[in-house]
Amino acid sequence: MITVVGIVLFTLLGATALALVRVRNLFAVVMLAGVYSLLSAGLFTVMDAVDVAFTEAAVGAGISTVLFLGALALVGHREAQPSHRPILPLAVVAVTGATLVYGTMDLPGYGDPANPVHHHVADHYLEESSREIGIPNVVTSVLASYRGYDTMGETTVVFAAAVGVMLLLAGRRRTPAPEPHEAPAGAADR
Amino acid sequence: MRDDFIVRVGARIVTPFIVTFALYVHFHGDFGPGGGFQAGVILAAAFALLALVYGLKAVQRVLPPWFVRACAALGVLIFAGVGVATMLLGHNYLGYNALAHDPKHGQHYGILLVELGVLVTVFGVMTTVFYLFAGRAGRGE
Repeated sequence: MITVVGIVLFTLLGATALALVRVRNLFAVVMLAGVYSLLSAGLFTVMDAVDVAFTEAAVGAGISTVLFLGALALVGHREAQPSHRPILPLAVVAVTGATLVYGTMDLPGYGDPANPVHHHVADHYLEESSREIGIPNVVTSVLASYRGYDTMGETTVVFAAAVGVMLLLAGRRRTPAPEPHEAPAGAADR
Repeated sequence: MRDDFIVRVGARIVTPFIVTFALYVHFHGDFGPGGGFQAGVILAAAFALLALVYGLKAVQRVLPPWFVRACAALGVLIFAGVGVATMLLGHNYLGYNALAHDPKHGQHYGILLVELGVLVTVFGVMTTVFYLFAGRAGRGE
């Protein structure tokens, strides 16, 4: 059953990705990107990573879509025709993709309990967290307590991102020099 | 969209539920999926929805830009402040056991507090970024 759901989700994900490449209307691209995120969230749920799925659905399908729409209001929603055929980017993407697929050959089997990643500190977290932390969701225990420093760093990174966006977008509005022949149309009525 | 009756009423009806859901996601993060980050994003989404339907100005009257900017910084301060508090109580930085007599309760309080910090920062950051994008879109053209 899980396999069927996984295959269906991956097929839809592939179809969405192809549509994303083909579609020229940027409004449709933004909507498809939201669909892509939502499908990814579904896949994460199938892989039992509910916390990740939750974040993907909220950020990827929710807030990002709204921000993209805000950007679209600025740039218009027709994509410019590319001036040349994208042979070189295609080659770069194909080679990178092939390298990544080759890299996965060495990965241990997905979900195998004997994988090294499950025996570094995970054993301790799973066995001891109910005694040491006492809350049922081990993800939260790891995130906020065992790895509290990491989470604090991440919070600071989120804050730094906002500072960056503020520096880029909220700077002093450059009022155009009062030269009548340079003033953009419609600037006067604001 | 601002003149569409159904959209206006619909947005008004679902917003309290979105806000309640965000709080649920935060306070239930110990027991189920979710936590401060997701709750912050959902809370910001509630106000983004209102801004899309009722216009940026109306939302900024309730939630001024300086306030959300302050939230972005305040959350990091809450998180770091919990660490300082546990140090003053004689434990390690972010050693939540210091926060209550029973270490488990201390962990519980500590996690809720730092997640609150994450919530406040993420809410402030997401809303700030949204304000900036939407504000520019309103000025352009």
